[in-house]
Amino acid sequence: MWRDAALVAGKDLRIEWRSRVGLNQVVPFAVVILVLFGLALGPSRRVLAPATAGLFWVAVLLSAVLAVQRSFAVEAADGAGDGLRLSGLDAGGIFVGKAAAVTAQLLVLEVVLGVVAALLYAAHLSGFVMLAASCVLATAGLAAVGTLYGALSAGSRVRETLLPLLFFPLVAPVLIAATKAWQAGLQGRPGSGLGWLSVLAVFAAAYLAIGTVAFGPLLEDG
Amino acid sequence: MPPAVRFRDAVSLAGRFPLLAGVTVEVGEGEVVHLRGPNGAGKTSLLRACAGLVPIVSGAAEVLGHDLVGDRQSVRREVGLLGHRSFLYEELSVEDNLRFAVRAARAPVAGIGPALELLGLTGRIGGARAATLSTGQRRRVALAVLVARAPRLWLLDEPHAGLDAAGRDVVDVLVAEARRRGATVLLASHELERAATIADRAVTIVGGQVVAVPAGAAPAGRGEEPLVAGEVAARPAIVGEVGCDVA
Repeated sequence: MWRDAALVAGKDLRIEWRSRVGLNQVVPFAVVILVLFGLALGPSRRVLAPATAGLFWVAVLLSAVLAVQRSFAVEAADGAGDGLRLSGLDAGGIFVGKAAAVTAQLLVLEVVLGVVAALLYAAHLSGFVMLAASCVLATAGLAAVGTLYGALSAGSRVRETLLPLLFFPLVAPVLIAATKAWQAGLQGRPGSGLGWLSVLAVFAAAYLAIGTVAFGPLLEDG
Repeated sequence: MPPAVRFRDAVSLAGRFPLLAGVTVEVGEGEVVHLRGPNGAGKTSLLRACAGLVPIVSGAAEVLGHDLVGDRQSVRREVGLLGHRSFLYEELSVEDNLRFAVRAARAPVAGIGPALELLGLTGRIGGARAATLSTGQRRRVALAVLVARAPRLWLLDEPHAGLDAAGRDVVDVLVAEARRRGATVLLASHELERAATIADRAVTIVGGQVVAVPAGAAPAGRGEEPLVAGEVAARPAIVGEVGCDVA
């Protein structure tokens, strides 16, 4: 399974590198969201700085939908999805590979967004370990849920609207836990965020396990 | 030796619509069989069923010893399907597409170079993105994937479509070469004369079922007259029931 996962992740990342969709569209989209939040809340740093964590993660969530949709759009063109099924790759490996590729893309996005948020909202990115750990765990959870429901919605004629409808309610725990963990890190109290990190870890592990088992039937029905 | 393909009263549905309406057919190991029939007869569906892409809901279906009713996945590494679409990733180069398909199938990557050469895909075209290729070139890449994977069962759906004269000749050579290596080939084609020259025999599908060869007509095969007329007109009711837009 791990060999197949590495193969699929490598393929998806190579496609993204060649197409630059993430770099040219998803990153600017996420930055624009942060700017719009800033405009909506006004220039006061006393308002913006405490809201940084929540705004950051809302921007990540919205961008995650685009990344997942893109991940399945490349399988829809020219019957590539059928080719993937015919390849004989392990379905669990395909799931882990696609989720890993989405995770990698979102982590790059989060680095950019973190810098933009620090500049726009005057946030101090202290507690780096807490921030980084919550990014990795939360992103793994988002990618796992997104890949699972991306496969579920990929065969639907209303996939563009169905995916966000399924995705956002399910990842509400990730939004809450990641925001709390980030707030703990930004406020220089990383110890208070450890519980939230545990929530993120359990969520990611649960959905990675569910996805590994359930992805095969979803791929066949899609 | 057990047959490479054995379907008995196999039924496949798309929703409530029958793709295969009780197909019974056997194809021996190493045989080249031409599937023919009108549009929507179920040729493509039969090929996709052999590849494990569509479920068999009743009857029996066995391909290369794999029971497709119980497990559609395990057969996939041993079959190669050339479909209406090329199964290529638009953003990847020709070589990258081939490398991914071959590594996914756990076939030796050493076969990639010769396959590219055989299909005339060396040089600049090997590094070109699939999105920039013409229909014929995409077809050649899809064929190169099959050559490099060297499956035990070749499933070719209109393999000559979209190819120039040289490309069509290459397809015939590939089929002959696959047969020489002991592979089994099922090819669906409306090019009856060309298919007859490369196939051992023909199987006619109408309305999602294999129909009998009309009495007095010789089965189509190498050097023999292919069957053309008769079957479709003889079974208008079946065509009307389930034969339209099936495949």
